[in-house]
Amino acid sequence: MKTYDKLIFELSKEDRVGYRIPPKEISEKPLENYIPKKYLRKNELDLPQVSEVDVVRHYTLVSQKNYGVDTGMYPLGSCTMKYNPKINEDMASLDDFVYIHPYQPEETVQGCLELMSQLQDMLAEITGMDAISLQPAAGAHGELTGLMLIRAYHESRGDYKRNKILVPDSAHGTNPASAAMAGLKVIEIPSTSEGLVDRDAMRQVLDDEVAGFMLTNPNTLGLFEKNVQEMAAAIHDAGGLFYCDGANMNANLGITRPGDMGFDIVHLNLHKTFSTPHGGGGPGSGPIGVKKFLKKFLPVPVVQKKEEKYILDYNYPESIGKVKSFYGNFGVFLKAYAYILTMGAEGLKRASQIAVLNANYLKEQLKETYILPIDTICKHEFVLGGLGQNEAGITTLDIIKRMIDYGYHPPTVYFPLIISEAMMIEPTETESLETLDEFISVLKTIAQEAKTTPELLKTAPHDSVVRRLDEVLAARKPRVLWKKQS
Amino acid sequence: MFPYIPHTSEDEKQMLSTIGVDKIEDLFEDIPKEIQLQRRLNLGQPKSEWEVFKQFQELGKKNKNVLQYPCFIGAGAYDHWIPSVVDHIASRAEFYTAYTPYQPEVSQGTLQVIFEYQTMICQLTGMDISNASLYDGASACAEAAFMAVNKRRKKKILVSMTVHPEVRRVLATYMKNQGIQIVEIPSKEGETDTEVLAEKMDDQTAGVIVQSPNFFGILEDIEPIEKITHEKKGSLILHVDPLSLGVLKSPKEWGADIVVGEGQSLGNPLQFGGPYLGFIAATSDFMRKMPGRIVGETVDVDGNRGFVLTLQAREQHIRRERATSNITSNQGLNALRAVVYLSTLGKQGLREVGQQSMEKAHYAFEKLIQTSKYQPVFLKPFFKEFIIQSSIDPSIIQKKLLDKGILGGYSLEYMGPDYKNCMLFCVTEKRSKAEIDHLIEVMEGIE
Repeated sequence: MKTYDKLIFELSKEDRVGYRIPPKEISEKPLENYIPKKYLRKNELDLPQVSEVDVVRHYTLVSQKNYGVDTGMYPLGSCTMKYNPKINEDMASLDDFVYIHPYQPEETVQGCLELMSQLQDMLAEITGMDAISLQPAAGAHGELTGLMLIRAYHESRGDYKRNKILVPDSAHGTNPASAAMAGLKVIEIPSTSEGLVDRDAMRQVLDDEVAGFMLTNPNTLGLFEKNVQEMAAAIHDAGGLFYCDGANMNANLGITRPGDMGFDIVHLNLHKTFSTPHGGGGPGSGPIGVKKFLKKFLPVPVVQKKEEKYILDYNYPESIGKVKSFYGNFGVFLKAYAYILTMGAEGLKRASQIAVLNANYLKEQLKETYILPIDTICKHEFVLGGLGQNEAGITTLDIIKRMIDYGYHPPTVYFPLIISEAMMIEPTETESLETLDEFISVLKTIAQEAKTTPELLKTAPHDSVVRRLDEVLAARKPRVLWKKQS
Repeated sequence: MFPYIPHTSEDEKQMLSTIGVDKIEDLFEDIPKEIQLQRRLNLGQPKSEWEVFKQFQELGKKNKNVLQYPCFIGAGAYDHWIPSVVDHIASRAEFYTAYTPYQPEVSQGTLQVIFEYQTMICQLTGMDISNASLYDGASACAEAAFMAVNKRRKKKILVSMTVHPEVRRVLATYMKNQGIQIVEIPSKEGETDTEVLAEKMDDQTAGVIVQSPNFFGILEDIEPIEKITHEKKGSLILHVDPLSLGVLKSPKEWGADIVVGEGQSLGNPLQFGGPYLGFIAATSDFMRKMPGRIVGETVDVDGNRGFVLTLQAREQHIRRERATSNITSNQGLNALRAVVYLSTLGKQGLREVGQQSMEKAHYAFEKLIQTSKYQPVFLKPFFKEFIIQSSIDPSIIQKKLLDKGILGGYSLEYMGPDYKNCMLFCVTEKRSKAEIDHLIEVMEGIE
């Protein structure tokens, strides 16, 4: 089939319409009768004019240029691209949850509030925390919110000098970026050759200016930070708080809980661990969980039960304020709630166990062919170092572009920064043994091709809707919108 | 067994043996015993689809939805009609089960949609550049303030008190972290008080934030505000309802430097407040100060047109603590809905939706005033929302309306004594004349 290459604007034709709205019932008076001319649009809008058929064909064809979890294995490390169950979508489409205005009187939204309250309780149980706020819209937003809580805590105690935050060098880029946005200074902590936080280096920087320590556990190398309790004690002794980046919670469900590890705050990514779809970049949802002593600082409103009624409680005088309009990404809560009901305690634990089994299986089968910088039991993901030094100069980029020809979405690459030529692979629990075996065999074939026919890799992909794209040109002469050819 | 986990016990055994361990628990030996959970999570048994559905249905019954109860509430979330095609396209799994388009060769679908989205946002606002969307209108406003601060290197922002209270609260939360001072400009007869604005505006001010139609539904006269802002070299940040732009003057024509807003009204359902999408557009000199994802057009090695994430040197995964923002996601699926909505309505449809909402809102306003039970609070040009005042407590009005099957009126009492017994009403194109007449009839009868 020929590749479709039109933009919607290129289908536009004067006077073509794709809609019909309710009839005009009020008047035929010109706009100027309602609104003075100076407030009215002068130039005609430039939006496309297409029929409904055009819209449907166009976006159907455009969708086919995408690869999603429903297309095949999507081993994007640290993103937990697990299968998104269809019932979740159906539950989030029910009229009684879709057609609800956020400012309806409380007695008309009791179902929404009860569901949020139940989801908060479930997430508190899963994380071992005392209170949950569902308000943050994504993981990075949860981080920012958590860091603001840390500041609010110190300031409530009259301690204004704590402006430093410790972040391991293996951390997600969002950690230092969120810290900067929260007005905190980042102190980077190196990792040991075993891929864990260097505890001596950490202790050396602990002082009375340290506000907190952000740790991902398991970390981005897929390794469990087994000294987490010792680090919790160290940061607490220094007067700081301990923050858990929960992006990698898919290894921990029902097995170990951030609250029990000694963390004070955790954020979750409902779009990773709790199977809500990633939507091509969003919407996500990044609830945070906290220990009891931080509850009073949570963003408002707090959903709670009061005398058999659920309420949106704004009466939190020490709250950090609001981080988002209304109450968070409610539509995403519905999907996560459906997922937790479907899986139950047993299913969530099983999900984490199999996610870890899958990752270890891949790692063991691939370590003879690819560089495995740290050879130990991993959790839900692991990091390879490409093919290492090789005659043809094949890089990780060449390898993963070739994977596209074989029908796979590439893993996360060149991250974490501490591993050269990194390929970060997270299979998740929803991939079968057969799928994993095919994936292994393809990666081995590619390694073979790197020796026999390296050109095939360097010029890959060959079987995609477009081939390697000129990213330098895009950045040097940015064309960020379509313009009519004149 | 679980439907989303395909492993048989034989598979599991074979995999464990390949790894070289006896049982699955051995893979968790690196976790210290003291922090391993020694009990099952207290979450109940796995449920079947039917049980899950019943549970949702039970909870849903405790809500009243706007399909059964005609809705006259707006205030930042709007009950506009959404064409059927929007749900159908947004339900395509190729779109919704993909992630951020890091690998362009397998993500041209998402990338092209964002490119079309950026184009449409620029067509609506008249601006030069747009990003791929942000969490919501409120966080977009905060990001715009950061852009202005970074450009001017001054840490003061003026914000009109006619900007949505939720937006101002989120703005305050964000700005506090970096010690950016916010000065609120009071309103005068429902509009930004330009005399106070002129007094407060100085060369230490990075930007001025104004909303139009503002929180009270009133169209702000941007002309004097633009002059005051630019005379002192500040950036003018306009917060707008994108749906109004089929009818109203574009932010570019008013002289805005950065434009933000809540994109919900473009094809996204109310869904109890989210997920929505924040849009942000600006003049081209802000290109490298924009937060979030931006898609650019380029060519592949064969010279074919293609799209990539571009200008990534601004972003957290490259720049870490020196990034323009920490944002990683965009509201991709919500932006897709906006694109399909705008394509389906086109220039003519968007204008018609705007015009009808405006006409119906004016009709409802005039009829309410004619009852002489309700008085106008401000006599200013408005779009689809207006405030009325009466001697009746808003909670009584809400309750009486609900008894008659209407969701109506947002109480402004929490805004202080000036707004005693004030309510904000919104009328969209979805409200029929009969529904509006019913609203009037019920309200007239309230004692």
